[in-house]
Amino acid sequence: MKETKASKGKKATIPRQPMPAQDSDVRRRNFDEVPLGYTPETARAEAARCLQCRKPACVEGCPVGVDIPAFIHLIKEGDFTGAIRNIWGKNALPAVCGRVCPQEIQCEGVCILAKKGDPVAIGHLERFAADYERLNGSGELPPRAEPTGKKVAVVGSGPSGLTVAGDLVQKGHDVTVLEAFHKPGGVLVYGIPEFRLPKEIVAQEINFLERQGARVECNQVVGRTVSIEELFAEGYQAVYLGVGAGLPRFLNIPGENLIGILSANEYLTRANLMKAYLFPKVDTPIPRGKHVVVLGAGNVAMDSARTAMRLGAESVKIVYRRSREEMPARAEEIHHAEEEGIEFFLLTNPTKYIGDEKGRLTGMECLRMELGEPDDSGRRRPVPVDSSEFAMDCDLAIVAVGSGANPLLTQSTPDLELNKWEYIEADPETGKTSMRGVWAGGDIVTGAATVILAMGAGRKAADSMHKYLTWGW
Amino acid sequence: MFKIVKREEMTAGSVILNEIEAPAIARKAQPGQFVILKANEDGERIPLTMAETNPDQGTITVIYMVVGKSTALFKTLQVGDSYQDVIGPLGKPTHVEKVGTVVCVGGGTGVAVLHPITRALKDIGNNVICIIGARSQDLLIMEDHMRAASHDLRVCTDDGSYGHHGFVTDVLKQVMETEDVKQVVAIGPVPMMKFVAEITKEKEVPTIVSLNPIMVDGTGMCGGCRVSIAGENKFACVDGPEFDGHQVDYDELMQRLQAYCEDEQACMDGDCLIRS
Ligand SMILES: Cc1cc2nc3c(=O)[nH]c(=O)nc-3n(C[C@H](O)[C@H](O)[C@H](O)COP(=O)(O)OP(=O)(O)OC[C@H]3O[C@@H](n4cnc5c(N)ncnc54)[C@H](O)[C@@H]3O)c2cc1C
Ligand code: SF4
Ligand code: FES
Repeated sequence: MKETKASKGKKATIPRQPMPAQDSDVRRRNFDEVPLGYTPETARAEAARCLQCRKPACVEGCPVGVDIPAFIHLIKEGDFTGAIRNIWGKNALPAVCGRVCPQEIQCEGVCILAKKGDPVAIGHLERFAADYERLNGSGELPPRAEPTGKKVAVVGSGPSGLTVAGDLVQKGHDVTVLEAFHKPGGVLVYGIPEFRLPKEIVAQEINFLERQGARVECNQVVGRTVSIEELFAEGYQAVYLGVGAGLPRFLNIPGENLIGILSANEYLTRANLMKAYLFPKVDTPIPRGKHVVVLGAGNVAMDSARTAMRLGAESVKIVYRRSREEMPARAEEIHHAEEEGIEFFLLTNPTKYIGDEKGRLTGMECLRMELGEPDDSGRRRPVPVDSSEFAMDCDLAIVAVGSGANPLLTQSTPDLELNKWEYIEADPETGKTSMRGVWAGGDIVTGAATVILAMGAGRKAADSMHKYLTWGW
Repeated sequence: MFKIVKREEMTAGSVILNEIEAPAIARKAQPGQFVILKANEDGERIPLTMAETNPDQGTITVIYMVVGKSTALFKTLQVGDSYQDVIGPLGKPTHVEKVGTVVCVGGGTGVAVLHPITRALKDIGNNVICIIGARSQDLLIMEDHMRAASHDLRVCTDDGSYGHHGFVTDVLKQVMETEDVKQVVAIGPVPMMKFVAEITKEKEVPTIVSLNPIMVDGTGMCGGCRVSIAGENKFACVDGPEFDGHQVDYDELMQRLQAYCEDEQACMDGDCLIRS
């Protein structure tokens, strides 16, 4: 499949196929998914843009090394089943990753076409292949090795736990996933909203895992309902900890306990996991702010802001102390948020919440910032501008300034070594922790990161666990 | 699914006992810990402290007052029906220690929560005086249980329909005059705990209270249950639910408990659609 120079030039002139999306005026008030997905025709047209590079930069840019030109070629040829099987070899959750990976800093960021124009829409193509299989595929299960009789416990059902479970069940082990919440999926169900990742997709992934023979047990708070020691006593031979970084950070400024101030974790859990946007049809309420302020500018902040808009807010403001370049959210989310009418107050630092006599939030005081010298992270440090205080009215504030390590499990397991931020120490190559027979990966090791990194860590750990179960520690 | 094996209406329709099959939780639970219950798919997650556990039978017992939309739904569940989800045991167990004379003060359904703690304090060798109260006689629960779990039981009602006419705090003051009280445990409505703590603070008697803020996950992941303890934020579901009664900001807790009052009322009036 050698390309001549001339044909390469021609391909690059096909424009990137736009992703059809719900109109912003309509979607800002509903919870349906925003991008509608490629048709087979647009997918094939987009796939035809790929130059099939001999040394594909995109693969280097993919944290799990998906063979991108190969699956894109299969899409171009119309072999959608072949394409998804190819992706599955490296990535167990492509319908999820196609939707939520920060492609612009991974595969698409380094795609050769990005040098001169628009990169190949790798994420959209990945999503297309996965959706096509979900809607039209045979549902055929991957081959499973002979049962080994070895019992594995996977704690946490986020993307890293699901990856470990999927890999090990295919290798013939007896896998049980233990999840604290009443529904499996981790951040994919409680954090990322329906309009960005339909819950039906996550449910189908879980179902796929169960059909392969893994057990998923909800309502199991490991460290409380059962300890790691007890899991070994019950006959589990290896344990994977993929419990995420579930500890909300607050700003620790005056007034933070007023009614109307929620962590993004709480706000999104109410909205997504508990479906509170349907209240009172469901029983869990959620505050519906008229004037909403979201503190932070990552994916979590964008999700919170866009949820607030959908719950009927008159205004929603993102307040962030750094500038636009430093905003950690995916480019597409920022773009969608802007289209939906979310306002951005950049270089703005909240200093105080203001409330009324009933303890309800009525506003915030903020300071304007400017960028100073670079800090440890290499980003220019925001410094306050003298006497730039100003007030902002709001009746709901959502704090999305990051999360830390939830200590519930680690405190009940004193033998686990932690780093100075209280994340679990694990070998980056194998996921092995300081406890024999215990692996860890995902956000509980790296701190809040991405779905794909959590899955990548899961895959490495699954390989190491399989070796251990076969040959020993 | 978690089946209800026993159900009792402890007062005329407003306080209800459920004994529920939950063997894994029953095996692990200790006094002071709570569970989160969810009745069905669309249900809310409601935390309730366990009043009793029976590891041999594999059951736990919770007692709740019907106060809102979700507890009204719980009330409809009969023996043989199930909760879809029960999660636990959550929170830190009570620190039970032999200190001498201990006074346990309980109000309303707080008495149910106080019961296993009282029994544990007695079992470890303390002299346990118990003061329980309710608005009126028909709202008083677990009198016999509490008598058995303590050495000396005093009962009060706000309206004087039974026992001492007045508040548990009045009786507490009297007891503290005559006895060498080393520790107080107070569980009940927030104002009751607040007043108990004021009385015991004066005499510097260590006091434990059990807090019941609004919760979602119960595992320290949402921060909705945060309470101010000595000016610092704590998550009641993992750092508590029991705290040093002299350090709690009760007024803030009372306000935060009102966060969803309007939503609850809209539902209880059957006027549910106004916010949809
Ligand atoms: C709102 C939001 C939006 C995001 N958007 C993106 C995005 O667009 N793109 C992207 O790549 N990343 C995004 N992320 C980050 C990404 O979701 C995480 O990095 C990823 O989910 C981490 O996976 P994990 O498997 O390590 O943990 P999690 O997904 O956090 O899963 C951990 C699971 O373990 C369970 N658990 C915790 N403690 C226990 C216990 N003691 N016993 C049993 N179970 C337990 C939890 O309930 C949870 O289900 C987002 C995160 C959030 C919160
Ligand atoms: S870098 Fe871009 S053009 Fe090259 S193979 Fe990857 S997707 Fe195709
Ligand atoms: S209930 Fe969510 S942190 Fe306590």
